[in-house]
Amino acid sequence: MPRPPSSIRPQPSTGGAPIAEKALAWAYLLPSLAVFAVFLGYPLYRTLYLSTHGNDLFGAPTRYVGLQHYTELLGSAQFGRTLVTTALFVLLTVVPGVLGALALVLLLENRIRGVRLLRSAFALPFAFSVASASVVFGVFYNPATGVLNGLLSQAGLGPVDWLTDSHYALVSVAVTTVWLNLGYNVLVLSAGIGSIPPEITEAARLDGAAGWRLARSVTVPLLGPHLFFLVVVSTINALQSFGQINILTQGGPDGASRTLVYSVYEKAFAYGSSDFGAASAQAVVLLVVVLACTAVQFGVVERKVHYA
Amino acid sequence: MRASLGRLAVYLLLALAAITVVFPVYYAVAGAFMTKGDLATYPPALVPHRLTAANFGGAARSVPLARQYVNSALVAGVITAAQLLTSILAAYALVFLPLRWRGPVFAVFLATLMVPWEAVVIPNYLTLSGWGLGNTYFGLVLPFLASGFGTFMLRQSFRQFPAELRDAARIDGAGHWRFLWRILVPLNRPSLAAIAIYVFLSAWNQYFWPLIITRTAQMQTLQIGLTSLRNADAADPGLILAGVLLSLLPTLALVVFGQRFIVRGLTAGAVR
Repeated sequence: MPRPPSSIRPQPSTGGAPIAEKALAWAYLLPSLAVFAVFLGYPLYRTLYLSTHGNDLFGAPTRYVGLQHYTELLGSAQFGRTLVTTALFVLLTVVPGVLGALALVLLLENRIRGVRLLRSAFALPFAFSVASASVVFGVFYNPATGVLNGLLSQAGLGPVDWLTDSHYALVSVAVTTVWLNLGYNVLVLSAGIGSIPPEITEAARLDGAAGWRLARSVTVPLLGPHLFFLVVVSTINALQSFGQINILTQGGPDGASRTLVYSVYEKAFAYGSSDFGAASAQAVVLLVVVLACTAVQFGVVERKVHYA
Repeated sequence: MRASLGRLAVYLLLALAAITVVFPVYYAVAGAFMTKGDLATYPPALVPHRLTAANFGGAARSVPLARQYVNSALVAGVITAAQLLTSILAAYALVFLPLRWRGPVFAVFLATLMVPWEAVVIPNYLTLSGWGLGNTYFGLVLPFLASGFGTFMLRQSFRQFPAELRDAARIDGAGHWRFLWRILVPLNRPSLAAIAIYVFLSAWNQYFWPLIITRTAQMQTLQIGLTSLRNADAADPGLILAGVLLSLLPTLALVVFGQRFIVRGLTAGAVR
């Protein structure tokens, strides 16, 4: 149901306003701006600062080293592998996550009984935290007593070391991540379908479009903006995924599932480490990559994505 | 006939997908009530042969779950209340008050949505540890007392407020404070509910920050406690799943009963 048109309040200009009202505006903004300054603005500066300084055993910055941390990163085979692992993890989670959710919401568009219940069922993963999902999947992946190896043995196949075999570790974490984010993806695309004017869908049906043809010609194109939004958000989310890696594999075995964000944690905090300079350089790389994704979203959305 | 076959295929696909998606939820619930025997058999039991509540007691003895439950509720509650308050005030200023540099200020709020938390986690850890706030409630909540997400959503809602109503309220002598809390806030309850649910879910489910800012089991949140259950020397899947079920109770309730509010917040640019 489209919202009835209502007058939009023009934003007040500052000219001629009483000084008390101008002061009130800043007073109302102060709590938010103070938190942003202390916990986002200043830390951004300090991350850059730390990334250009060496540090002592306790992490305190020592002498200025310029871009040494960055050049060491660029020359590091381990860092190169970390970047490749991160890119692979993004692909393994974003592609099945978005396509899986799209398939589900398109299936839900068929007028069958129980659709509302099914949609709620698909949203359930949204309730799970990264910690709760990871420990549940950890129980599944247990090589001796887990459900997955139980199913394999029922099928006459041998057991798999899901989390400790370098061939399967990253995929196992990715599967957990896809499941964890599926609820969010389904809700976003369901909202997108809900925002398609019913008359468009009905007109297409009257023209004989149904099922797959309706989906391909009408629904998916109209979901374009939501799909694009979901791809960008999912990419950023994958880049920032940490808990499932820390809980399931700790970046192992032998670095097989070490992503960029996990590497930041490992350098700065894991096992009593406090190499804040090197960790900060990696944090800056992560920041640049995430901001690039955000810039893509803002850039493309304004120009190319088809709108209903 | 062709339509019936298509319909049947849709049913089968949806049923298969539903089983796949719901199974981890089911197993977390069922497993929490399974005996050690059921959980240890190979192939593993999918239905409890005998129900037991012993896993919950075992989990509570292994990790201070009750205390961590209170910690998580306190932290999530404070963060939710603070973000609602700071967002209401900021959105009101952006929409209804005369403000020089309105554009740049709004850009600052948008920018906060783009900065990955991981890029500022090291300095924030150093700052709060330096203030002596590591392993404290203050350390857990201070960085999250405000965010661009709630302000962004409320600004959208406030901008829809009819100008005539605002003018009528002003003629009646309503000042800014009264207009905000007596008229604007009550009329925006759906948006506020969406923000509250979303912020609570995010705060309750937080992992990275509690992991590094807390040191003792007594100060850890429930999400970190789940990790401790998993990392215990004799990790018992029944205890793990019991802990998971306890941690899921509030969020499952919110997702099941508050779904229409959650949908409102989804496309406002928030990242889970």
